[in-house]
Parts: sequence; structure tokens; C-alpha cells
Amino acid sequence: MARWQGQLIKIDDYRWKIPENYKTGMRVPGLIYASKEMLESICEEQALEQVANVAFLPGIVGYSFAMPDIHWGYGFPIGGVAAMDINDGVVSPGGVGYDINCGVRLLRTTLSEAEVRPRINELINELFLNVPSGLGSEGKIKVSQKEMNRLMVEGARWAVKRGLGSEEDLDVTEEGGCLGGADPGKISDKAAKRGIPQAGTLGSGNHFLEIQVVKEIFDSHIASIMGITEIGQILVLIHTGSRGFGHQVCTDHLRVMEQAVSKYGIKLPDRQLACAPIESPEGQDYLGAMACAANYAWANRQCIAHWVRESFSKVFGKSPEKLGMKQVYDVAHNIAKMEEHTIDGRKVKVCVHRKGATRAFPAGHKDTPRRYKEVGQPVLVPGDMGRCSFVAVGTEKAMKESFGSTCHGAGRVLSRGAAKRSIRGADVIRELESRGIIVKTESVSALAEEASQAYKDVTEVIGVVHQAGISRKIAMAIPMGVIKG
Amino acid sequence: MKKAFEIVDHTADVGIIAYGTNIEELFCNAALALFSLITEPGSIQEKSHLNLRVSSDERDSLLVEWLNELIYFFDAKHILFNRFDIESLTHNQLKATCYGEGFDPMKHKIKMGVKAATYHMLKLDKNSDGYKAQIILDI
Repeated sequence: MARWQGQLIKIDDYRWKIPENYKTGMRVPGLIYASKEMLESICEEQALEQVANVAFLPGIVGYSFAMPDIHWGYGFPIGGVAAMDINDGVVSPGGVGYDINCGVRLLRTTLSEAEVRPRINELINELFLNVPSGLGSEGKIKVSQKEMNRLMVEGARWAVKRGLGSEEDLDVTEEGGCLGGADPGKISDKAAKRGIPQAGTLGSGNHFLEIQVVKEIFDSHIASIMGITEIGQILVLIHTGSRGFGHQVCTDHLRVMEQAVSKYGIKLPDRQLACAPIESPEGQDYLGAMACAANYAWANRQCIAHWVRESFSKVFGKSPEKLGMKQVYDVAHNIAKMEEHTIDGRKVKVCVHRKGATRAFPAGHKDTPRRYKEVGQPVLVPGDMGRCSFVAVGTEKAMKESFGSTCHGAGRVLSRGAAKRSIRGADVIRELESRGIIVKTESVSALAEEASQAYKDVTEVIGVVHQAGISRKIAMAIPMGVIKG
Repeated sequence: MKKAFEIVDHTADVGIIAYGTNIEELFCNAALALFSLITEPGSIQEKSHLNLRVSSDERDSLLVEWLNELIYFFDAKHILFNRFDIESLTHNQLKATCYGEGFDPMKHKIKMGVKAATYHMLKLDKNSDGYKAQIILDI
């Protein structure tokens, strides 16, 4: 892969600009959040060219953004954010990604490391039994076609209604776990057939379930509102999305968008950026289907969170309530949302595409949940399984500058192939075990692809967004037990 | 003998380059490459077959649709294929019989879960040796 040789202008230590005149056809400049050191590795692939390409999309306002965890995706980079004016802008399935509403949910407990460490193997085994994971895994919940239609419309609430969780969980889930406008009529038979058996499964690839230990608290007031009060406290992080269902929705609608591009005379530098005007039938159809997949993912994480609580309850012989297993928050990191933002003092309705990026709304925002109204919406930033994860909050600066968006994780540095050639899965398990981290997986060989060395250090990523002011770090936790799908 | 396909790196995903002396062979080899990523092709027996029809606007997108159709049968129906008999192939339509069997966890080791074939960096070229195509897969 050739190094990216494009033009970058330094704004400050954490912001870099790709000028609008870098390529003819760019409608706005690119803005990259990164440190100088991180830029070195970012420029090793063509992700920044993708940032410039996204700037071609009709109706884009402000900038084509890249978060510090940016890496090379399809069409859009992963770690990309783009807001399109709903009046003359487009919606692009590539700006959401295949795994629609891939995201993370964080649960806290009142258990301590000293209580969990001696039983970590038992706990991981119980979780592995209770949460379906791996390829071809099928859910424990049986969903009929009729139920599937309800699930697509109701999202996490669908699961709560069936006793899998509580109303309180929904209060601390982005969009209350249910994106409006879901239209099951826009879902193909194929998508439904892939989705039905996979509901309530963790999946494979980079998806995981992690038991973590709080190691550092940077702001004890905000952390305590999240229920994170002690160093050594146990947290559980769930990372999964809409499984084969979301992939099929994306595949189906990309096909439609391919045709829409010529129908509406849209000029694109990359085919995978295929899009349609937001208000067009093609655009509306995609948004209706995308909401179904987003809701599917929220229902999925809701089910899994319930089984996590059950597993803890079984191992520790106490109810989830007694174990203090409350949800901190649940965020999407692959989604397009209709939001109101202020641009040059003017309120504008935009469709914000976040692909490998997280919403980061500030204190006081109408969509920041009640519990966090005074401190800002929690942002969950998982790292790789050998390092650490962060909890942060959204800020006013993010609202003003990046359409209320921030980073989503570590971001890859090694391709899956390169990781597999240089790292052995069995060595990863041994190395992590020597550091007190237990890993259980369906596929030991695939574990190499997810090794620490394959990822950027999430500490650097969070450092950039914290210094740039588009989110504030609150706490850091390290893994103790990991289930990899 | 000329190689049928190769596997190439892409940061978060994986790509295949398929070759064919004619277009039918190229489509077969791309499908073989797909299933070689998913499992050991030698472990798949021809126990059943499936007739598939795929259509698209152009030949390169037809290749993407063809692979997506096979991915669908793998992900939704858990069927693994190891032989493909292309009966007709125009620039926008394909008719094929695919041979293979249902996934058996005792017999088939799943190496990778391929979820979609993409248009990203899609290439389909013809030269004096025949056809060559590059497709990036989402995993």
C-alpha cells in the first residue's frame, strides 16, 4: 500500500486540515483529529484520501471529519464523520457501514477485583455458555417473522417487554434503544432470513464481551454519577452489532444506491460512496431499513446484557440488583441520524453519518439522558483486549466543532493477514494469561487478528480527543476476562 | 498451471484476486477463493446442489452480487460450496449450479466469517492471458 502523499495543514497540535482545493470536487475541507505521531501511521494507508473523497458528497456541511482512530474502510474511512444538510444532502450506506449500529454497552457492578479474580474462570465459562457467540451461532431466543417485525420497530424495548432488562436500561441507551422511522417493509426476505436466527448473539470478528477492572478515575464526580466509584470495581463491556442482518441491509441498499447515483447525476470519486438524496425514495427506503437494523442491534445488546446479569447472578449466588449491575450507557458507533446543529449561528437539520465514531452530546442537550443531563452523554471507547478501555463524556466543543461526535475505539494498524502471519493465537492467550487476562474464544487462530499489536494504543486516541476538547476522559479500565466471538 | 486465486490484505478486512482463462472460470475461481477463506475447501463434500440465478447492471457488479448470493446461503442457510458449474453468463446475468453441503461443526473448521462482498477497489480486467478480478470482502 502506497503512503498517502496528500496535503495537510497543521491547525494546532491535535487538528490537521486537508484543504478544499486538494482535489477538484471537494465541497468542504477535511479535518483530522490526531497527534503528529499518530499521523505518521495514519498516512501509511489511504484513509486520508477517503476523508477527501467523502468531502465530494452533495450537501456535506462543515468538514469531512476523521477521528484519531481512523483507518482505511470502504468509501468512508472507519473513524469518519460527515453531516449532510437534509434539504440538499445525500445519505450513504457506506457512511454507516455494513455492521449497522455496531456499538458498545457498559454495565457496572458493585463487585471488586478481589471478589471476582478467584472466580474469573468460572464466570467466563458461565458467560460463554450463556451468551451465544462465534460464527454460525444461533440465538437462544426464538423469533418468528411476526416477532421480527416488532423487534425491528421497537429495538431494545422489544427485549425489555420480554423480561430481558428494565425500563432503566432504556433510559441510558442512545435513542432509548429505538430509532424512529423503522420500516420493516423495506427489509428484504434475505435480510430477515439472516437476521432471525442470529438475534441475541455476540457474533464473531472484533466483537467481544469483556470483564474489566477500573484502574483510574480522572473525574470522580462524573464517574460517580455513572456508578463508577472505586478503583478495582468490576465493569462489563459488550461490543456487538446487527450481525448478518445489518450486512444484508447494507448490501441490498448499496445495490439500489448504485443505480440512484446515475439517476440523480451524482459524481463520486469512489463507487463505494454510493448514495441518494435524503428526501428521495431511495434515501428514505435506506433510512427506514437502516433504522430496523439499528433497532435489531439495540435489541441484541439488550438480550446479551440480560444474560450477562444472569451469569453473574448464578456464579455469585446473588440477584443482579444485589450485585449492583446497572447499565452505564449504550452507544452506537455505526449509524446515520437526523439531528439539529448550529452552523454559523443558524440552526440546521442534518443527517450525521458516524462510521466508527461515537455521538458525544454535551451536558444540557435535549438528547443527553436525564441521569447525565448535568455532565454530558457518556462515551464508551473500547481498546484492544490486552490494553485498556475508557469512559468519557461529550462536550460543548464537540457540539460546536464535530457535530457532537468523537472517536470510537483504538483503530487497526495491522491488517488481519499481517497480524495472522506475525502472531499466533495460542501465544496471544498465553501472553494475556501471564498478565492475568483470561480469554475464551471459538476460534483460537482468529484471535491473532485481534491481538494488541494489531491495534493503535487507545490511550493515544483518547488523549487526542481529550486534548482537542471533543470529549473528556472520565475513567479507565483494564480487561480481566474476555470472550471473543 | 496458472493459479486460480490469491488472498490479499486489507486493513480491517481481506481481499481476493481471482484469475480465469475465460469469464466463467474467473467467476468460479472467485467463489472458490471465498469458500477457501471460510473453511478448508477439501473438507466440503458434494452432497447437494443448488441452482442460482443472479442479475446485475454490469459485469463487475454481477461478480459482487454472485459472491453476495453465496455469502447469503452460507450465513442464512449454513451451506458450504466447493464446486460451481456456470451454465450461462452474460454481462448482467448468471446461471449456475453450486455443489456442496450443510455446515457441520464436527467436520468443518470455520476460519473466517465473510459477511459481504464490497465495491471497494473492485477491479475486473481482461488481458492477453485472460481475466483478473479483485474484490474486497467485509469480515
